[in-house]
Amino acid sequence: MADFDQELDATGLNCPLPILRAKKALSSMQAGQVLHIIATDPGSVKDFEAFTKQTGNELMESKEEGGKFYFLMKKS
Amino acid sequence: MSEKKLAIIATKGSLDWAYPPFILASTAAALGYETQIFFTFYGLQLLRKKLSLEVTPLGNPGMPMPMAMDKWFPVALTALPGMQSMMTMMMKKKMKDKGVASVEDLRDLCVEADVKLIACQMTVDLFDMDTSDFLDGLEYGGAATFFEFAGESDICLFV
Repeated sequence: MADFDQELDATGLNCPLPILRAKKALSSMQAGQVLHIIATDPGSVKDFEAFTKQTGNELMESKEEGGKFYFLMKKS
Repeated sequence: MSEKKLAIIATKGSLDWAYPPFILASTAAALGYETQIFFTFYGLQLLRKKLSLEVTPLGNPGMPMPMAMDKWFPVALTALPGMQSMMTMMMKKKMKDKGVASVEDLRDLCVEADVKLIACQMTVDLFDMDTSDFLDGLEYGGAATFFEFAGESDICLFV
């Protein structure tokens, strides 16, 4: 797994909380830093794609493993 | 990139219908939208400091109920005393179990994200509402106040 600077555990949370928590976490980070997000909401896969597209942050990785979703997001 | 704008009119005062305006507004704010919600008529109930929102199965054939009751339970019986508070309790429990945020939490997130909340002055007067029951820092205005922002918005929704 790639390195990351901060981790956000959004397991058990449903729309729109994973996005809102991610936004909050990103706002305390520096440009270029990477946020690792763990979520269980299946809708978060499309939502994080859309979120990064609209905010200019980079979705470096999005994968599912054992019913959980993992994302790596680089702050722009 | 100039900031996009979202304007929402919230007209409903039930637990279920409290969600769309606050979910959309908080998400839009997270995406960088400047957002305003204009609360009118029953939507004003969403601005009370202490929310007491309920959901009713009465006259709502689309509402899923436990044990598939929405399929066989006689509509008239959904009007029985206690049905509304029971359904409200069950809905709240289900939301909690599924990790859906409470209306209070979503509203707090909106306020934190600088979503502007405007209360309809006419509704306040019409129903003799006590504005001290409402959140502090609200703006009170009318249709023209709303259009000042809505006229420049990229998205405008009526909920």
